[in-house]
Amino acid sequence: MNDQQALFQFLLRMGDNSLILGHRVSEWCGLSPVLEEDIALANTALDLIGQTQFWLGLAGEVEDKGRTADDLAFLRDAWDFRNVLMVELPNGDFGQTMMRQFLYDAWSSIMVGRLIKSSDKRIADIAEKASKEIAYHVERSADTVVGLGDGSEESHARMQAALDYLWPYVGEMFDGDEVDAAMVAAGIAPDPASLREEYDALVNKVLSEATLKVPTDVFYHKGGRTGYMHTEHLGHLLTSMQWLQRAYPGATW
Amino acid sequence: MGQPSVDTIWDWLDQVPDPEIPVISLVDLGIIRDVQWEGDMLNVTVTPTYSGCPATTIINLDIQTALKNHGIEKLTLHRQLSPAWTTDWLTDKGKAALEKFGIAPPSAKGEPERCPNCGGHDLEHTSQFGSTPCKALWRCRDCLEPFDYFKCI
Repeated sequence: MNDQQALFQFLLRMGDNSLILGHRVSEWCGLSPVLEEDIALANTALDLIGQTQFWLGLAGEVEDKGRTADDLAFLRDAWDFRNVLMVELPNGDFGQTMMRQFLYDAWSSIMVGRLIKSSDKRIADIAEKASKEIAYHVERSADTVVGLGDGSEESHARMQAALDYLWPYVGEMFDGDEVDAAMVAAGIAPDPASLREEYDALVNKVLSEATLKVPTDVFYHKGGRTGYMHTEHLGHLLTSMQWLQRAYPGATW
Repeated sequence: MGQPSVDTIWDWLDQVPDPEIPVISLVDLGIIRDVQWEGDMLNVTVTPTYSGCPATTIINLDIQTALKNHGIEKLTLHRQLSPAWTTDWLTDKGKAALEKFGIAPPSAKGEPERCPNCGGHDLEHTSQFGSTPCKALWRCRDCLEPFDYFKCI
């Protein structure tokens, strides 16, 4: 794998994470427990999909085969996606959605914070732009996790169940491989493992305020960010996300 | 007709309303970063507010339409991400127009200064997001009305 191919893979990972999570979150539109949450989730989804346009747009430029952000989003199949498994998991209840959002936002806020210093100006610019929105997302998802975790008996139990379910998917965000090694060598992006300490500090602080118990299991699922093996849920998500472009190739608004 | 000056073009752009909050112009919003002639080509640099702001494409279209209506034939729009847009770039004229319209303008302390409806100071935060990504929802305990706050980023 040469440097351009590694950079392409790295950009797909960034873009696919925000695309797939953005799509998942958008599934709440019209269904949230209260109007304010519906609006908040829809706005979060919009930000994530907007960030996707930057990441996948740049991925297309780097690949240099004439593929646009739209082509990459709508005309790839499950095995070509490079998002972590956590973001493709079904929403579950509102608590599970917000727990996933927090676990992802916490990682994302630290990651883009580092990317602002990327040696690649295009990546630094996207990170600078995205970091402001992500700071807002993590503030909100952390508040909600605390509100529900330290809430009623019912909400606490649901948040603990969500954390227990999602925790085995956290580890993948810190898994490194040859793509990451190439990014580190070029000063483009940090080694994923180097984010872990800051992540644990942030997450533990919020989860303890939420009176939730962090699982101690170290096992984690992986296979999303390398494309080696996605969950069975991604194919279903893509079926719904991509059907229009597949059914009517080239359709535009 | 000779080439219109850059100042004239800024004035024209100041007549183009923000598609979501039509009481302020695109210039008030602070998203037009640069206007420059390069020969007979006009280059306009635009910074997006939020990454996912659905108004972005409409804004670009509105800029093109407005300038074409003023007779500008050759026009290129450039997207500039850095420095990232900040609410500090809203003009004072824009902030005053927002408040008059019932949207509390962004304030350095990170929350609205006063209720845009009654001027009351007993305010509470309802939701971190309002009707668009750039706004949060607040409520005034004096007049009991909800209102949008243009949040600081």
